[in-house]
Amino acid sequence: MIINHPLLGPRDASEFTYLGDASLIDRPDGMAENAADAFYDYAYLRDNPAGEHRELWYHEAGDRSWLVVTRNTLTHEISKVELARDVARARGRTK
Amino acid sequence: MRYSGFRVIKEALTGHKGWKPVWREPEPKSHYDVIIIGGGGHGLATAHYLSKVYGQRNVAVVEKGWIGGGNVGRNTTIVRSNYLLDGNEPFYEFSLKLWEGLEQDVNYNAMMSQRGIINLFHTDGQRDAYIRRGNAMILNGADAELLDADQVRAEHPYLNFEDARFPIKGGLVQRRAGTARHDAVAWGYARSADLHGVDIIQNCEVTGLRIENGTCLGVETSKGFIGASKVGCAVAGNSGRVMGMAGMRLPIESHVLQAFVSEGLKPVLPSVITFGAGHFYVSQSDKGGLVFGGDIDGYNTYAQRGNLPVVEDVCEGGMALMPMIGRARLLRMWGGVMDMSMDGSPIIDRTPVQGLYFNGGWCYGGFKATPASGYCFAHLLAKDEPHPVATAYRLDRFRTGRMIDEKGAGNQPNLH
Repeated sequence: MIINHPLLGPRDASEFTYLGDASLIDRPDGMAENAADAFYDYAYLRDNPAGEHRELWYHEAGDRSWLVVTRNTLTHEISKVELARDVARARGRTK
Repeated sequence: MRYSGFRVIKEALTGHKGWKPVWREPEPKSHYDVIIIGGGGHGLATAHYLSKVYGQRNVAVVEKGWIGGGNVGRNTTIVRSNYLLDGNEPFYEFSLKLWEGLEQDVNYNAMMSQRGIINLFHTDGQRDAYIRRGNAMILNGADAELLDADQVRAEHPYLNFEDARFPIKGGLVQRRAGTARHDAVAWGYARSADLHGVDIIQNCEVTGLRIENGTCLGVETSKGFIGASKVGCAVAGNSGRVMGMAGMRLPIESHVLQAFVSEGLKPVLPSVITFGAGHFYVSQSDKGGLVFGGDIDGYNTYAQRGNLPVVEDVCEGGMALMPMIGRARLLRMWGGVMDMSMDGSPIIDRTPVQGLYFNGGWCYGGFKATPASGYCFAHLLAKDEPHPVATAYRLDRFRTGRMIDEKGAGNQPNLH
């Protein structure tokens, strides 16, 4: 698979390590009332879709940026690559 | 029809006109006591034990394609019980004991071959870990034996003992481990289940689960609605999709594992061998091909094919372990979709939906577990309580902190 890095252009997937579903950006509030349930959900449960999947890739052998890659889990086709930083900020994260 | 040596001779003398199809092709009835979704190794084994051991006669297996077309036809056929943790080892040892009697039990030649497995170690720390594992195995009634480098050399002289980075220091052996003919396992279980009255319904895809007031009433399929008092889901690899029909999110990601087979060679490998310094394992099939594999690709996928970086990684492992493998040409490679669970261990349990039961999360260790998985799932379906060797495989163990993490890798499915 070739991941079209927003800053560096097309890079081989073997330069990256994979973390998982992009929902891992949305870390729950540890101080909330329902923190135990929220963290169970966050840490262990997955949508695991057959089809379009937004997921986190880390460019470990490159510029060490985190990317959100939109990829089809049935065909391995990559339709969108974003910097995870931009995605996180768009979701209201400060960093 | 029972298979026997006498039967083979009789058929040979009468023109082989007496062989019959090995299972029926029934149309689904409107209602069953138990429906098992998934006609793979685990689903068919469940049907066999449900009907033969637990006396359930009104059982169906529904399969979207043909039986045995998923992971039971895609694995590297290794059978072993060399686990460490209390939640796992009694289960896998139970499974290995069932493997030892499987062919007599189902009256089908599964070519079970107890040729042994050796896990090589390359450092002192690894040796200590294997001693501990071997002791855990012995405590649970399995067999284990520690070999030093000279003893390994006597059995496997072709290995790369003098590798500068990863010299072979010895290995942990389980003599009762081995390989089995994977397709015959599915066919043997299917035939036996069919003989005990189970309806095996192929080309019947489950498209939905009918759930009312928190109770599962049956399955919607491409052949219409089929009612059931209990529905068991055994579709590892696709668990997320099927349980998603019940609105459930699972502690599972689907990943692809690739496997490889070389051209046929004369006998060179007497047992299954695993490399301790990289992820590589290899055995030789009865046809002569070297069957080997390594790591999963490491990203979510439902495609039954992988990518080239892992092919390279596996072949590097092979070359590091036994350089002679470089002289063999690769014949075929393929991929299978795994349920990778959050702790690397499986799940056999009830679900929050009444009448819906789940069997999955087998990671890439499902084949060796086939008999025990079927037995324990049948026990759960028949008695509504877990089998004594499968009590740890709870669906909610991640919520309660009772993980069974052999590798200690945490909630990172692609690292298990």
